[in-house]
Amino acid sequence: MSGGRRRLTALRAWFDDRVGLLSEAERLGRKKQVPIHRHTIWYYLGGMTLFLFIVQVVTGVLLLFYYRPNAEGAYESIQFLMTDVHFGWLVRSIHHWAANLMIFTLFIHMFSVLLLRAYRAPREMTWFTGVVLLGLGLTLGFTGYLLPWNELSYFATTVGTRIVGVVPGVGGFLLRVLRGGRDVTGATLTRFYALHTSVLPGLVILVLGLHVYLVQRHGMSVPPEVERDEGPRRSIPFLPDFLLRDLVGWLAALAVLAALAAYFPAELGKKADPFASAPVGIKPEWYFMFMFQTLKLLPAYILGFEGEAVGILGFGLAGLVLVLVPVLDRPAIRGERTRLFMWVGVAMIVYMVALTIVGYVVSPKA
Amino acid sequence: MDGEEHREPAGRQGEPPPRSGANRREVINWILGIGAGGVAAAVFYPIARYIIPPEEAQSAANSVALSVKPDDVKPNSGQIFKFGNKPAILIRTPAGDLRAFTAVCTHLGCIVEYRPDLSQIWCPCHNGHYDLQGINVSGPPPKPLVQFDVNVQGDRIVVSRGQAA
Repeated sequence: MSGGRRRLTALRAWFDDRVGLLSEAERLGRKKQVPIHRHTIWYYLGGMTLFLFIVQVVTGVLLLFYYRPNAEGAYESIQFLMTDVHFGWLVRSIHHWAANLMIFTLFIHMFSVLLLRAYRAPREMTWFTGVVLLGLGLTLGFTGYLLPWNELSYFATTVGTRIVGVVPGVGGFLLRVLRGGRDVTGATLTRFYALHTSVLPGLVILVLGLHVYLVQRHGMSVPPEVERDEGPRRSIPFLPDFLLRDLVGWLAALAVLAALAAYFPAELGKKADPFASAPVGIKPEWYFMFMFQTLKLLPAYILGFEGEAVGILGFGLAGLVLVLVPVLDRPAIRGERTRLFMWVGVAMIVYMVALTIVGYVVSPKA
Repeated sequence: MDGEEHREPAGRQGEPPPRSGANRREVINWILGIGAGGVAAAVFYPIARYIIPPEEAQSAANSVALSVKPDDVKPNSGQIFKFGNKPAILIRTPAGDLRAFTAVCTHLGCIVEYRPDLSQIWCPCHNGHYDLQGINVSGPPPKPLVQFDVNVQGDRIVVSRGQAA
């Protein structure tokens, strides 16, 4: 052993004797086994989402160095960031693209868990926390979208928050709380800023900590089909084998992010003007498109109820079903061979993909 | 660093067979290390440059016309005005002369004021005194205040960066 490495080992031992977290993490990592089978690829999605979240935290904190959260200065501060600050365009574009990729990997992660039925006992809590994380991710996307205070984000937020207003009974109240007033104004901006930069990230870190702890506690779920297979079971240790493969994926993701940021930098558009007509083609971020399109297709009244209210209620119920999948999937709990909820998942995917395509292709202007 | 020990055997061809496996491992470790260093540099260099604020355009103002009329500045008084993007102080001495100085104390950068009771420019932060020429006469200030030229053109006071130091 050379002198430098010896000193490093001694330093590590010094800290380990006093803190011990590193050796404890290493012990757990070496003990944990990751099963190898034909569906192993899906095990990487959670880690990929975690990596993108870390990218969001780092670039988000960097954006705070220059962002000014008020209606008078927000747009100008982003303009300054994009034109005068060294690598400002890069930091903002990576934040923009990593957000989109994170939502994408969140969806893929959730649907892979659903289709492989990894939510079965004793992993119900892992599923619940996961669905909560998806909701928090979507809310982060929605609140962050307003912060540049440009025309598109202003009207998308007006439309998006309006949806809350159709909730029967308390809609008007909820709308006022969400907007910080009757309309989308500078008060909405500071409200969304507080949510986007402190409340939601704090909640994500709490729930994510629980989620990762549960994954560690229960180990990776093996799909029932694979469990029934004959033949020897293969697995690799999490540390170092699986983690190194994870790192290769993260490195690739970083390269993709850099390329997207360089070739398709985040746009800024025109400054929001509450007294100007909404521009043509207002549409939400792609991950809200299927809901947006559904609400557009619903008739004004369904059985005497407002069409929008019915739509919102429908999505609320679908969300509730999604959360409760581990409890509702009775046959799987009894250990029967059933694919009912696999088909429910497939139906959800088909619906979301179809409506998203309709939103972009069939009626781009309507 | 133990770099030299690693690099030398790696570059040498035809090592005896028992050591070649270890050498190959070391070469791979070096390549991985360089790659990881490159990624780290590609991440941390933009972040460092990002945090360093961009250079502001220096105020090019060489002279400024004040909104106050010469007659409104009473003897033995002073007032702060903006010279470019820095504060400056205009005083009229008890003898009636108009003078202007930078208002930034040379000690720790507080903004000075005129003390009619002492007929001095005074910094309230650490009790620094300057005389009517801007010379630091007592307290912690290490240097005099920079003086500007004051010209009265009819009804206007024009302050300019001049040779009067």
